[in-house]
Amino acid sequence: MLDSIFFYFFAGVAVLSAGLMVTRRNALHSAVCLVATLLAIAGIFLQLRAEFLFITQIILYVGGIMVLFIFVIMLVRLDAPIHQIRFRLQRFVAVLVILALAFEGVVILLLARKLPGEGLLIQGSAPADKLPPNSEALAKSLFSDYLLPFEIASVLLLVAMVGAVVMAKSRKRTSES
Amino acid sequence: MMSPIHYLCLSFALFLIGCIGVVTRRNVIVVLMSIELILNAVNINLVLFSRIFGDVAGQVFALFIIADAAAEAAIGLGIIIAYFRNRETLLADEMDLLKW
Amino acid sequence: MSHPVTQALGCVLSISPTMQAVVAFLKTWWVELVCGVVIVAAVPLVAGYVVLVERKLMADMQARLGPMRVGPHGLLQPIADAVKLLIKEDIIPRDADAFIFWFAPVISMVAALTSMGAIYFGPAFRVAQDINIGILFVIGVSSLGFLGIILGGWASNSHYSIMGALRSTAQLVSYETAGGLAIISALLLSGSLKIRAIVDAQSDQHVWFLFLAPVAFFTYLVASIAETNRAPFDLPEAESELVAGYMTEYSGFRWALYFLGEYANMIVVASVATTLFLGGWLRPFSNVRWLDIPMGVLPALLIAALGVYCIYRAGKQPVKVQLGFMWVVALCCFGVAVIYLVPWLVAPLRFAIPGLNGAFWFLFKVAVYIYVFMWLRFTLPRYRFDQLMHLGWYILIPLAIVNIFSVGIAMFLSLELGWNRWLAVMLTTAFTLAVSLLLVRLHDKHASAASSTSAVPSDSYAG
Repeated sequence: MLDSIFFYFFAGVAVLSAGLMVTRRNALHSAVCLVATLLAIAGIFLQLRAEFLFITQIILYVGGIMVLFIFVIMLVRLDAPIHQIRFRLQRFVAVLVILALAFEGVVILLLARKLPGEGLLIQGSAPADKLPPNSEALAKSLFSDYLLPFEIASVLLLVAMVGAVVMAKSRKRTSES
Repeated sequence: MMSPIHYLCLSFALFLIGCIGVVTRRNVIVVLMSIELILNAVNINLVLFSRIFGDVAGQVFALFIIADAAAEAAIGLGIIIAYFRNRETLLADEMDLLKW
Repeated sequence: MSHPVTQALGCVLSISPTMQAVVAFLKTWWVELVCGVVIVAAVPLVAGYVVLVERKLMADMQARLGPMRVGPHGLLQPIADAVKLLIKEDIIPRDADAFIFWFAPVISMVAALTSMGAIYFGPAFRVAQDINIGILFVIGVSSLGFLGIILGGWASNSHYSIMGALRSTAQLVSYETAGGLAIISALLLSGSLKIRAIVDAQSDQHVWFLFLAPVAFFTYLVASIAETNRAPFDLPEAESELVAGYMTEYSGFRWALYFLGEYANMIVVASVATTLFLGGWLRPFSNVRWLDIPMGVLPALLIAALGVYCIYRAGKQPVKVQLGFMWVVALCCFGVAVIYLVPWLVAPLRFAIPGLNGAFWFLFKVAVYIYVFMWLRFTLPRYRFDQLMHLGWYILIPLAIVNIFSVGIAMFLSLELGWNRWLAVMLTTAFTLAVSLLLVRLHDKHASAASSTSAVPSDSYAG
């Protein structure tokens, strides 16, 4: 029962904050709502017994990516956008398309003879201390089976670092007087 | 843990909200943030099935998605800053240089 | 024969399955709940007294007396400060973003307190039971405090605040990287992220990791000073530079929350360093058996000695109230000393001795670490911001990475090739120190190059 309380709490916070995020006018409020969503999703990871992913989400996503977003929002701070003539129906059409997608998803769920995931044996359903320790299992597979993707990811991060620095560097004014 | 359908519904809902954000908002930074939300919805799915099947590969994949999202956010924000320096605007409506 | 009240309570409690679930929850988790409540209640009080200790130490090192007026030797100063801050007027700047302005100090405090949940203050006193990712949890969650800083700075709608917040966040992020890399060296030596396993590894290897990885300890010391915005890295909140940085527009209780969050963060960082490098709750010379009993009664004797000293000072107080207060403090000291002595005398309570002694030694080491923080604050001048960032990125991070390699090589040499452990450690530490000298030499070259290029006389009216 504790499980379901935690799940509904985290899921509720996640969906509520996500909804707030896409509707806020102020970009910084959106960023704060995204932080709340990411923390709630980290809670969901913890509930699914993925402890290393929980702390990685907090350190990398909230402590890294959101720092980046918040810095950029503060650097390119603009006043409230002037309402110009624009295709006013765009928002309406977009929401309609998304609702159609959602409706389709619900119809699929209702028409299926079983719910997805029903009847699947949950192999790790023992309490947490009987599961193999999560960080060790993750590290073992990361450094043996998935070593190549790991190295590729590190090269990717290096390229991203160099690229971000190059792109965000200010051009020195070469002409003078 | 709860039955898988709960987590699948949660991840579907977050995915849809992220899609709404990407398609609807004008501010490009909020569009990027909605993309991050979509990636997180996918992560929930991966971790759920990793738990069901007892295979840690799902969590490894989710870890790579987080690393990739970090790289993408960095580059995306760099592009936004460079564009802002040149064009002084952040609204997707006004980024129409390629329009005929 | 059950009392009617307990009977009625039993009736009420078994009414609904929810109540039964709540009671079952309380029965399994009551230790953690009590420890959590103690931490949340005690940390602000302790932080207040850490502020007092800092002021008295600062005064001592500056040849003056410090707070003397409120209570004997200023011992009631934190309580007076707390009351003053609580009754101050709550000012919000006019164009400030009200919700974020309200929320930001809360984030700072909550991050620091939550990260305390995973720390073992002694082998028995903890909130979360030895989570698998112990140290990583503490570091990760305490790093969420940056959100409180940057949101508070932005929400204040004042340029001092925003500059201070941006600088502080940049500094935090840089030195957190360096600190995390320094911690990896100690984690290599212990082989696990669990806090209990780290201290047990230090106990098994009969040495504190401070001696096996001194460069890592030094790097973590510097990084933790920068992470908590203490001098000499306190440019973001320096009074002569930025008024008060991100705390400029905060007054009264909100400012108190920020301040307490900063000192709670100091306690967290000191706890992490103590666990990883200073042997956690192990007493000094923990493998020397004949020191078991003398070191075992030492905590009780020290606290009793403190009580005796308080009685001696009580005799010297001119004011009756202060005399009474000192007697109260002395009686509290004696009470604690009795709690420490009772398990030695009463045989069934022997199990409590390691817990109590462990808590004493842990808190003692944390206090020593914080004393070093304060000592550095009163001694060293402040770093300029570009010097600060250069130190973090050009010197500390490469040094921490090289240190990881050297600790790994030392472990390989001693475990696989069978070299003497101390020889391996000394060789690799010498190598790391050589690298650090090289980095400092490059830094000097860079600094002198920068100053030499600006020696060209610049014409202010050009262009």
